Amino acid sequence: MKLELTRVIQGRGRLGVLKGLGRTGQHSMEVPGCLLYTHFGTVPHLTQDTLHTLSSLPPVTQVTLAEHQEVLEEFKDGFRKFAGLHDTVLYCSLHDPATPCPTGYTTNKTVSVWGSGGRMELTVAKFMALQKTVQPDWYHSMSDGETWQSNTSRKRVRKSVDRTLAHLDECLLEHQKSQELDGVEVFGVVEGGDIFEERVRSAKETAKRPVAGFCLDGFQTGSMDQALRTQLITAVTKELPEDKPRLALFGVGRPDEVLACVEAGMDLFESFFPFQVTERGCALCFNFNISLDPERAGSAPPLETEKEAAGEPQQNGDLEVDSQTQMTPFEINLKEKRYQDDFRPLVEGCRCYCCRNHQRAYVHHLLVTNELLAGVLLMIHNTAHYHSFFCALRHALATDKLDLLKKRILSERDGQTERRE
Amino acid sequence: MAAAIECGAATKPSEKNMSLKTALSAASPLSLRIVAECPVTKARACDLLLPHSAVSTPVFMPVGTQGTMKGITVDQLEGLGCQICLGNTYHLGMRPGPDLIEKANGLHGFMNWKRNLLTDSGGFQMVSLVELSEVTEEGVKFKSPYDGKEILLSPEKSISIQNSLGSDIMMQLDDVVSSTVTGPRVEEAMHRSIRWLDRCIAANKNPDKQNLFAIIQGGLNAELRKTCLDEMTQRDVPGFAIGGLSGGEEKDDFWRMVSLSTDHLPREKPRYLMGVGYAVDLVVCVALGCDMFDCVFPTRTARFGSALVPWGSLQVKQKQYAKDLRPIDPDCQCPTCNRHSRAYLHALFKSDTAAMHHITIHNIAYQLSLMRSVRQSIVEGRFPEFIQTFMKRMFPSPEQYPSWAVDALASVNITLE
Ligand SMILES: [Zn+2]
Ligand SMILES: [Zn+2]
Repeated sequence: MKLELTRVIQGRGRLGVLKGLGRTGQHSMEVPGCLLYTHFGTVPHLTQDTLHTLSSLPPVTQVTLAEHQEVLEEFKDGFRKFAGLHDTVLYCSLHDPATPCPTGYTTNKTVSVWGSGGRMELTVAKFMALQKTVQPDWYHSMSDGETWQSNTSRKRVRKSVDRTLAHLDECLLEHQKSQELDGVEVFGVVEGGDIFEERVRSAKETAKRPVAGFCLDGFQTGSMDQALRTQLITAVTKELPEDKPRLALFGVGRPDEVLACVEAGMDLFESFFPFQVTERGCALCFNFNISLDPERAGSAPPLETEKEAAGEPQQNGDLEVDSQTQMTPFEINLKEKRYQDDFRPLVEGCRCYCCRNHQRAYVHHLLVTNELLAGVLLMIHNTAHYHSFFCALRHALATDKLDLLKKRILSERDGQTERRE
Repeated sequence: MAAAIECGAATKPSEKNMSLKTALSAASPLSLRIVAECPVTKARACDLLLPHSAVSTPVFMPVGTQGTMKGITVDQLEGLGCQICLGNTYHLGMRPGPDLIEKANGLHGFMNWKRNLLTDSGGFQMVSLVELSEVTEEGVKFKSPYDGKEILLSPEKSISIQNSLGSDIMMQLDDVVSSTVTGPRVEEAMHRSIRWLDRCIAANKNPDKQNLFAIIQGGLNAELRKTCLDEMTQRDVPGFAIGGLSGGEEKDDFWRMVSLSTDHLPREKPRYLMGVGYAVDLVVCVALGCDMFDCVFPTRTARFGSALVPWGSLQVKQKQYAKDLRPIDPDCQCPTCNRHSRAYLHALFKSDTAAMHHITIHNIAYQLSLMRSVRQSIVEGRFPEFIQTFMKRMFPSPEQYPSWAVDALASVNITLE
């Protein structure tokens, strides 16, 4: 894995290409970029046919370690072959980024993960044994990430940094001994909660180890305010070698947060956000077009009026008040009655399969009748929209227009609040 | 025996008879070309031309109740070779309603389906789904499950909704009686269905674009069926359905009613057997002379992980498949079998709804390819052999052949080996 940066602007992000991905090194991806979020190798709701209606899919597929490990233990050829994934780089993460995991199950020697068969307690030995059955191209070391709640004590945060470093050393030792993992890349995990010194210590120490890149853990939505997050990430990335990629682990998905992380020096993101939007029956519609003519937004509808009419962002479905599942200002709720006779595509000008073939009224109908196709069509659109956003983000970095993009995204975010006041 | 004679006679249609019938149905937007007839059974292979595309029969029509085929996109459905599918008038009439669908350029436009659609009358759902329904000469009265309002589904109303939906084939509103009911109610329903047929024909605003099929009723009473057939075949409708069956009656009664109906239905019009979709039923009823079939079963059962295979079905969620690396059916060419193993699908069922979509795709592919094989064998004059092979594959031993199927096939000169 080799990161070639074409542009680095302090406090304004990094643009480049991550080359030599995969064991044979034939894949590459542009950064900032996102991975392909999956459930057990399947993009939620989608079959290969529907997935491949999407153009320019990310070359890296993310899977979660502990799902169905029993069968993989018997199947010797690794997860990729088992799942019928042929031409993709496989990245294996410890947790599913869209599923918050309960705290209180971590010990000095173990972390707990929740898979299809319930809770599983992992030692480093077990963790590495699982990696050998999954056979990813790339994984991150075992980590204690239980520090994201804002009331976590300094002592607990320090412990999490210590443990995570110890796990990393143990992982690397086992990794180097394992022939099965020859050519597989390991990322180290930077912890430290919201404590400056611990973040810096974690970054410095991790950077001393032979890792291919870094995962920054514990920055999920709701865990801390944006300014503090940016300061912490900036402090961390300052300690990391420039030529290695940095991945935002667990919970950074909203476009405004992605932008802030990119500005603070992050490169890679997990794309669970479009999935969460889909699950609440919503369609991403935020405008990221920064073409010269601001009146002709091109890839997005005239959203100002639309969102105004929507009023307060609604929470639908589950009663869970988790900030990760709440509707954001970047989406429209297609279950709302006003879409029942709206014959426009989800987003005017969007080239995804859903927008080329179907109308809001139809998706509304599928949602109110609880039809499975709703999830399929929304997932296609939301994935396409999110990936296009990353594309626009890279374009903005390349053409010195990140400010413009940021302004656009923030006005999408704050538009409602301003109008309400 | 009578059946065999008629079958033989039908292979040499009289020129005069044909031209007369063609003239009669010239106005309807449907034409049926008989490609081949089985010299042994009553089976036939036809090209059915409908407004949106041609349909090769015998055909299985998947059911897309709410204007969607479970989690399958219209492109996927087209890719599987589906030429016609169903929408349900009752459901679509409730939500999103006929006005909205009309604004969306009909159900074709609303769901963006370029090929043919068949809609039912809404009557069947009403009687089976809605508790508070009452049938009078006027129509079916029921309380809306959404707002409690009393609604009357008359023959005129049913056709008006179906006109808004714009389906290629509409079904008449019939007076549906459960096939297990006997007595005067069956006769009343049969006669009422005939009267309602006339009202439906009169109500059709688009006879040049939308075909209206009559539905033969009469329960399990041969005499009543015959009366209904005699009456309805006098009406100039472009096609006929055999209704009131597949509702829990004895299979012995079922096949006899089907066979009686096809004996008296005009050769040059399509015959649609409603609600039939199990593989064995399909093959037997093709032999009895039916052309079109529909059933929710293949798509409904997919949701529970039940995959249809030539030897019956395979319950993907069962533990025995957790480590089975073979595709569902090694001979199946569908996108699911081309890529995924039973073990992967088994695991995926615990992780994502896409697992259901994989099975739905496979099951639709199975039904459609079964009917393609049936057609091919009729065209090539080897349908009797096809039946033998099919039954051998489906059942572990001849002792397990269902007796009704044995009898039904014997009635069309097939003795199972
Ligand atoms: Zn779209
Ligand atoms: Zn298949």
